[in-house]
Amino acid sequence: MTTTSQPSTQHVGVRPLLKVSAVRKYFPVTRGIVFQKRVGDVQAVDDVDLEVYPGETVGLVGETGCGKSTLARVITKLHEATAGTLEFDGEDYTHYSRKQMRPLRRQMQIIFQDPYASLNPRKTVGSIIGDPFRIHRIVAKDRIKGSVQELMERVGLSPEHYNRYPHEFSGGQRQRVGVARALALTPRLIVCDEPVSALDVSIQAQILNLIEDLQTEFNLTYLFIAHDLSVVRHVSDRIVVMYLGKIAEIAPQADVYRDPKHPYTATLLSAVPIPDPELAKARRRIILQGDVPSPINPPSGCRFNPRCPRAQFPICATEEPLLREVGPGHTVACHFPLADAGDLIEDSRRRAGSDSPLPTPPAV
Amino acid sequence: MTHRFSRDDSNNGKPLLEVRDLKVQFPTPDGLVKAVDGVSFKIHRGETLGVVGESGSGKSVTFLTVMGLISSRDAHLEGEVMFKGRDLLKLPEVEMRHIRGKEMGMVFQDPMTSLHPMYRVGYQIAEAVLAHEATSKKAAWGLAVDLLGRVGIPKPAEAARRYPHEFSGGMRQRAMIAMSLVLNPDLLIADEPTTALDVTVQAQILDLIDRLKTEFNAAVAIITHDLGVVAEHCERIQVMYAGRVTETGTGDDLFYRGHHPYTWGLLQSIPRLDAGQTQRLLPIKGLPPSLIFVPPGCAFHPRCPYVMDVCRTEIPTMRLEEGEHAAACHLSSEEQQRIFTEKVLQQT
Repeated sequence: MTTTSQPSTQHVGVRPLLKVSAVRKYFPVTRGIVFQKRVGDVQAVDDVDLEVYPGETVGLVGETGCGKSTLARVITKLHEATAGTLEFDGEDYTHYSRKQMRPLRRQMQIIFQDPYASLNPRKTVGSIIGDPFRIHRIVAKDRIKGSVQELMERVGLSPEHYNRYPHEFSGGQRQRVGVARALALTPRLIVCDEPVSALDVSIQAQILNLIEDLQTEFNLTYLFIAHDLSVVRHVSDRIVVMYLGKIAEIAPQADVYRDPKHPYTATLLSAVPIPDPELAKARRRIILQGDVPSPINPPSGCRFNPRCPRAQFPICATEEPLLREVGPGHTVACHFPLADAGDLIEDSRRRAGSDSPLPTPPAV
Repeated sequence: MTHRFSRDDSNNGKPLLEVRDLKVQFPTPDGLVKAVDGVSFKIHRGETLGVVGESGSGKSVTFLTVMGLISSRDAHLEGEVMFKGRDLLKLPEVEMRHIRGKEMGMVFQDPMTSLHPMYRVGYQIAEAVLAHEATSKKAAWGLAVDLLGRVGIPKPAEAARRYPHEFSGGMRQRAMIAMSLVLNPDLLIADEPTTALDVTVQAQILDLIDRLKTEFNAAVAIITHDLGVVAEHCERIQVMYAGRVTETGTGDDLFYRGHHPYTWGLLQSIPRLDAGQTQRLLPIKGLPPSLIFVPPGCAFHPRCPYVMDVCRTEIPTMRLEEGEHAAACHLSSEEQQRIFTEKVLQQT
């Protein structure tokens, strides 16, 4: 048994492209205006270990406030990590200055969620996509336009639209601009932060296919963040489930739906509606009660314990579970991992007897 | 026009709401936006209608018009909205005000913006009661607390005294639902009620709507773009595209024997959580049309892989198949069946 995150057999001897070790990101909570007093911390990301290997897609899922976007921002150094180390291809860049980061930025790009907010409305898309070329001076000035148009064509935009402004494009097309901009420097790693959640279903599929095609063509590695489990499962080779700033489970794509080990993963999966009426009727769901607790004062022990149908006390409330391997490439942080998904339904039924989810007071 | 203010017409077989050939057109400097172009449907008591479509398909505008939130001042309206025997489009605003809130409730997508930030949650719910019924403030407050408890908010008496910013997203949406149900409406319209929420909270909210529907014997319309939500929570589904209904039927009709290529396209373009091994998605090519220049003929024809000549010129009418399953497509039923079994079932 080991506590490192991925001692997975298929990656033995391969150097991870990205290595995140014991990374923390705390945001201070202060009180007072003149004499600010630090009264606590939002523990957005707490002791996360993660390795991303060349050529793979790692999906990161979790509910709002689980720290997935913060982690992306720490990795891309848009936020400074509070503790821990970040390594890119063996190079420790945790404390790099902006200037030192520059060569690394060429290799590590990000695609943002909102294609409306992430493009400067006063610049033409040609200059938005061309900016990375100008900043990093990798393409001669007179050849920038040609390169940009090539890129536009590759991501499915018409090269004649070079001089148009973002507002003239639909959401899907704007996201293509975002993809083209991230691709401009031929990076090795692209962090995709909810790249399709603002798009309509038919457009979402177009962008997902584009992202997949580019991976093979440019030999890209993705860290793909989304709250939509079906999307994440579709694109990822490995899936990381986060809860309240911590990693709950890391599972290979094939295992996550069939064989979730962490009770949280199982409940998350059972909450996703499936577009198949028969299956939907046959499926037994576990509906979690309550909300995600505050990350300022997270529960002791396992952070999921107050909502977990399987929690056993006192151990779950006192001892923090460490990530341990339960199968090839499959690690889980739980004291009582599930043997099969049916276990949890039994557990939640046993619980349901004591506190019915919807109290039924007398009629109005 | 007859006025019937009977509160209970649940058993005479008549639909609670019947919309006939509704058209909503907005004049803009660029031209006439045909947001809703001839939409007809019915909702019965005790049933949930799911309305699916992409942005700009006219699904929200249809229901905003039903609620009287888009009136003839804002747009050019045509058709009939029959609710309990009255045509709401012909009703003066004063009367509409009695129906809205009391007989029809609406839950909006964004619970952040639909609650007033400066009033206590309980007050906002009680206000709805005071506006429609001659009760004391105290009784209204009591009702608000009761409803907050019923929608699953812990310690409702304390929660009612809080402000919206003290609530989480899921709690705010619960408060919105409490507000729309406090007067026991006959019809609840939920416009993307869970789009802004996490899946676990979404499951709680939809579960709640299901329970309350049975408890109040109400009719529910859920507007969404999530096919999973309609598959799990709706008895009947209506797919909309460019302001028209393209297909309507039960969940089984649409998911297991869908007739319209747009429905197929939607089914093939969503990643499935339960898929054995992940297949490449088959997106619908192109973009949804502008509602000012809706393509002639079938609005879907420029994106349809099975387009025929007739599709470019003639608008297809709804063709009723077995039961209530109907689709607006020029393809023959045999052809639809063949394509569905050969292509679509393979993929989904």
